Amino acid sequence: MSSLMQEMGDRALRLGVPLSVQLDLTYRCNEKCVHCYLDHDDHGEMTTAEIKHLLEEMAEAGVFILTLSGGEIFLRKDFFEILECARALTFCIKLKTNAVLIREAQAARLRDLGVESIQVSIYSHRPEVHDTITKVKGSLQRSINAIRFLKSQGLKVVVANVLMTENMQDYHDVRELAGELGAAYTLDPTVTPMMDGDRSILNLNAGESALHSLFRDETFVGNAGEFCAPPPPPDADSMASLPCSAGHTACYVSPYGEFYPCVQFPLSCGNVRQERFIDIWRNSEQLKEVRSIRLKDLSGCSQCAHGSTCTRCPGLAFMEGNMRGPSTADCEKSFARTGIPSVNLLAKKDKAYPPRLVQIQIAPATAGN
Amino acid sequence: MTNRKLYVARSPRIAARKLGEEMLVMSGQGSTLFTLNPTATILWQAADGATPLDEIVERRICSEFEVKPEEAMRDAEALAEDLAKHGILLISEQPIPKPVSSVQESR
Repeated sequence: MSSLMQEMGDRALRLGVPLSVQLDLTYRCNEKCVHCYLDHDDHGEMTTAEIKHLLEEMAEAGVFILTLSGGEIFLRKDFFEILECARALTFCIKLKTNAVLIREAQAARLRDLGVESIQVSIYSHRPEVHDTITKVKGSLQRSINAIRFLKSQGLKVVVANVLMTENMQDYHDVRELAGELGAAYTLDPTVTPMMDGDRSILNLNAGESALHSLFRDETFVGNAGEFCAPPPPPDADSMASLPCSAGHTACYVSPYGEFYPCVQFPLSCGNVRQERFIDIWRNSEQLKEVRSIRLKDLSGCSQCAHGSTCTRCPGLAFMEGNMRGPSTADCEKSFARTGIPSVNLLAKKDKAYPPRLVQIQIAPATAGN
Repeated sequence: MTNRKLYVARSPRIAARKLGEEMLVMSGQGSTLFTLNPTATILWQAADGATPLDEIVERRICSEFEVKPEEAMRDAEALAEDLAKHGILLISEQPIPKPVSSVQESR
């Protein structure tokens, strides 16, 4: 993040402005990725008029960065009408897409409308791996073709790669592919639970040894010695720090108008179909609760050696059952990085092997009883 | 100060939002972020492509700040040229028509 953007973030925090919003336009998708956290059925998406009204409310509230995502955004027939409205309201627009529906014409229109960047999901440089993850044959080639169309229009493209068991050997090659295409590259090492709480897809996570290797790969992390060094003890600033921007300067709105602190934090704070965006932002009791979270108040995490450097996600913690509790995915990352188990991991280990001090056995029924 | 009439318009390729008293502006050229101070923000908001720069200075800047019109005009021209270099503002000696998909008044 640029220092000016950081400064603007700090100012937005002081002013109570929602500087950044992700709006998912649909959960429908033309790919069926194995790790996706969404239910792709349409349960009543906002109409074009509802979305335009919401965009006006968000502009009025001070939202500057608007990420349009899904599902697959290009499945909405009114996508360009929505985008045109958003640009007329002078949002800085970022798009997240699999890009398979983008051809020359769509790319040219995105350029004309002044989109800031387009993030395209690429899971592997090998079609047999990428297409297996998306469950759509030919999807890798179509996404690559689309990136070429976008780059030919001078647009900024970011290749987004999620690390999981299926593709953990491929991230170097995906980054190389991104470079050849003239795109930036970002790698996310965490598969998250489904929005409905189903955690079965977490078994796709690449695992500790893959994280261990990744965190020692200096082409990704810079100086591995520094990156993997034991964390300094948490100081007063760390104890009083905010966990992330969710609910503070950022939030998320679903295709059904549900308002959440973040796309990874399914705590409903209201619905923009029933209340004004700014009223939810200012008055939601749930958001006030999220905003009150500080490291020093967290049982376990406040005692943990990783307190000052942990990337603890309050949304993932919420999905584990307690927004003030640990996020095990982040504990595992801290452990893979430093070799030092978190307080949470130690507690889990203790629970996994309970001492058998008392054992009750039921006597088998005697014949004839 | 020159005698030529200058017209200024906000570029349709930028993103902008008022944050407190300042204007956040993201240029389409290289995704560069700028902040405009309160005076520049006034000029920016008044840049409709139809109102000459000297009128903007007289009505919107000299009325709000204690500054001589000549000095304000010199500063405004320099500011407009600087913003134009970054692709944030369009400058012309003719009125600038609004693009088909026009950028509305920034909030």
